[in-house]
Amino acid sequence: MQLNVKVKRFNPEKDSAPYWQDYTVNADPMDTALYLLLKIKWFQDGTLTFRKSCAHGICGSDAMQINGENKLACSILVKDIAKNDGDLVAFEPLPGSPVVKDLVIDQTRFFDKYRAVMPWLINGSPAPEKERLQSAADQEIIEDATKCILCGACTHACPSTWADPNYLGPAALLKAYRYTFDTRDEGASDRLRVVDSGEGLWKCYTIFNCVQACPKEIDITRWLSALKRRAVLEKVG
Amino acid sequence: MLFNHDVVIVGAGGAGLMAALYAKEGGADVAVVSKLHPLRSHTGAAQGGIGAALANEEEDHWMWHAFDTIKGSDYIGDQDAILIMCQDAPRTIIELEHYGVPFSRNKQGLISQRRFGGHTRNYGESAVRRACHAADRTGHAILHTLYDQCTRKGVRFYDEFQVLDLLQTPDGTVNGVVAYEILSGDLHTFHAKHVCFATGGYGRAFQTTSNAHAGTGDGLALTLRAGIPLEDMEFVQFHPTGLYRLGILITEGARGEGGILRNNSGERFMERYAPTVKDLAPRDLISQAIYKEIREGRGINGEPYVYLDMTHVGADILEKKLPEITTFSRTYLGVDPVTQPIPIAPTCHYAMGGIPTDYNGQVEKGQRGDFVQGFYAAGECACVSIHGANRLGTNSLTDLVVFGRRVGMHMAERLRTEGRTKEPLIADPEKRTREMLDGILARQDGENVATVRADLQDSMMKGVSVFRTDETLTEALSDLKTLRARARATTVRDKGKRFNTDLLDAVELQHMVEYAEAIAAGALRRTESRGAHSRDDYPSRDDAAWLKHTLYWSNGEGEYRFADKPVTMKTDEFPQFKPKERKY
Repeated sequence: MQLNVKVKRFNPEKDSAPYWQDYTVNADPMDTALYLLLKIKWFQDGTLTFRKSCAHGICGSDAMQINGENKLACSILVKDIAKNDGDLVAFEPLPGSPVVKDLVIDQTRFFDKYRAVMPWLINGSPAPEKERLQSAADQEIIEDATKCILCGACTHACPSTWADPNYLGPAALLKAYRYTFDTRDEGASDRLRVVDSGEGLWKCYTIFNCVQACPKEIDITRWLSALKRRAVLEKVG
Repeated sequence: MLFNHDVVIVGAGGAGLMAALYAKEGGADVAVVSKLHPLRSHTGAAQGGIGAALANEEEDHWMWHAFDTIKGSDYIGDQDAILIMCQDAPRTIIELEHYGVPFSRNKQGLISQRRFGGHTRNYGESAVRRACHAADRTGHAILHTLYDQCTRKGVRFYDEFQVLDLLQTPDGTVNGVVAYEILSGDLHTFHAKHVCFATGGYGRAFQTTSNAHAGTGDGLALTLRAGIPLEDMEFVQFHPTGLYRLGILITEGARGEGGILRNNSGERFMERYAPTVKDLAPRDLISQAIYKEIREGRGINGEPYVYLDMTHVGADILEKKLPEITTFSRTYLGVDPVTQPIPIAPTCHYAMGGIPTDYNGQVEKGQRGDFVQGFYAAGECACVSIHGANRLGTNSLTDLVVFGRRVGMHMAERLRTEGRTKEPLIADPEKRTREMLDGILARQDGENVATVRADLQDSMMKGVSVFRTDETLTEALSDLKTLRARARATTVRDKGKRFNTDLLDAVELQHMVEYAEAIAAGALRRTESRGAHSRDDYPSRDDAAWLKHTLYWSNGEGEYRFADKPVTMKTDEFPQFKPKERKY
């Protein structure tokens, strides 16, 4: 079918403001949204700019807004966003970060927040000869959170982040959960000091936009709530 | 700008991050330069497992792992390096676990292990559980943990900097790289004591591939241009189970958990090709078997695909142990593996060949021990050679972490003991790169990059994929001559400085032609069938003539030459490693 594809373009080198550009693309219902962009880039307009790599939803390069929702372009099919000839598909950069060019955003702040939560396993005990034991049930506690690909779809869907750019946001807080609840980790109190703050956990008002946006279907709000409970317990003992 | 570091690692996948982490821990000042943000690296797409004889589920020994790897390589993996890898693998996995990799666990709370193709107990007796895994996103779990640890340790990252030249002194010592900062379009020089390439694979030269768009073999092309050879490039692995038409990988772990391949009559055809291990035979044999079934009219509905049947495995295992591939199948094909068989066909997956190194990752100019000073390589871009003519599943991650670690430790050790100083840079080190980029940007009225790239992928797929003959290879080589000229005459539409991926597509296309020629020319020269290199006109393995590695040099103008390199054998000590007919 023939689709009307609109892309929000912006190149700060030459444009004073973002603008919409229209393209007409022939597509199969089973094509990915990423493929629509690739067809434009390859055969119509080489200046159109976006990130991409694995093209099957694991590298996290191509999170963007498609028809108003944060999605991974490679993980959504044309049939899910357009039904008929002439239907409109609109691509915009993720909202809430500066735009580098077209659909490419500046992720500096996003990864600064990731680094702020001490996103690594902290264990000062002498390492055993073999692996540290962890039961399958204990592993299950963090399993969902380890699916995170740090694509940024959640944080850029979060109204609290839009309102307060310094708020750590769901992706960084989920990472804090993933390590704090890892039974091998001993760094909870240090990490909780960072996230139990005005710019941390308590700016999460359980709006669930993050959950809706997550392409890996992680139950982010649930895990952030668990982290909140842990933070309170840490204080009241 | 000029950046100074002890160690510059190019590429931020599993091998690059392991090298960075261990070099940093060894006291080196380490920079990682990558065209992608590290978390976008293709290691993240590795699914089913990482091989190591931990024996968490049943009896296993690193010696059995070594035997399987040697046999899997069709006997041209270097046996000294394979022994080192299989011995190093268990402790490396344990270190990864200590770093925090969220491995799946078994009932004892140990790292869970499952069966994989070609991995056996007691020298081929039956399948063994050796693949350590984190559900079916093992590479993702390792990549993220390594990035977390590198962040903790203060490794310096230069994200979205694409390396476009390897710098050498007049005597050939490597002392830096030139990188293009994608955001700004500026060129920078990195001056280093040691450079390590960990630039990954090159599947994008083929039409159907499981590889990321980034898999354009840049490191291989830059190495060739520096007058350094590539080794065993003719060995390209096609993974048996790519989603039909798309090439997206369905892990071998699916068959490790009980999946079965079926043809149009529902027959479990692998029983005919590999009576002992059946659907868990190595990838070369299964891909060739699938193509045979298709050629002989037993593809599904006469189309070029067969089925991977998981319907008897059960929803619970699919959702718990194979959640990613279950989702892929549902999303991209609309097929639910719980109730329907998955349409699959072989997909270009892995490069066994690459930059020749010893088992510490030191790059060799040609013969053994003759090193390019200051230059290391690790991971898929390197050829140690572990995988010989065919890589076993799970051994890619093992290779990345074992040899990435060894390279990192080796570089740090040399920095500590040798008190090495940096060799002076050549005058205007960015000149060659600047002229190349300016040339592309200035050109008007050339061909479109995507058109030339599609033709390259088509030629490679037709002539140089699973089955090859003199005729198909000669035709591909003749296409490549034209393609080289066409790749150099493309025009890009984006002429700006900022995030110009149009320009980089044009550069990468030139890289692809360089190594594609190495693959096709090596395949034409090797007049036998071995592992993934299968010649219809030379259907047998020929140990008398071809039990040896290929070295390939190119002058970048379509003129190339070859040399042989002997395979390192350990058969005096280990008679079980003697070449035999490969049966499974």
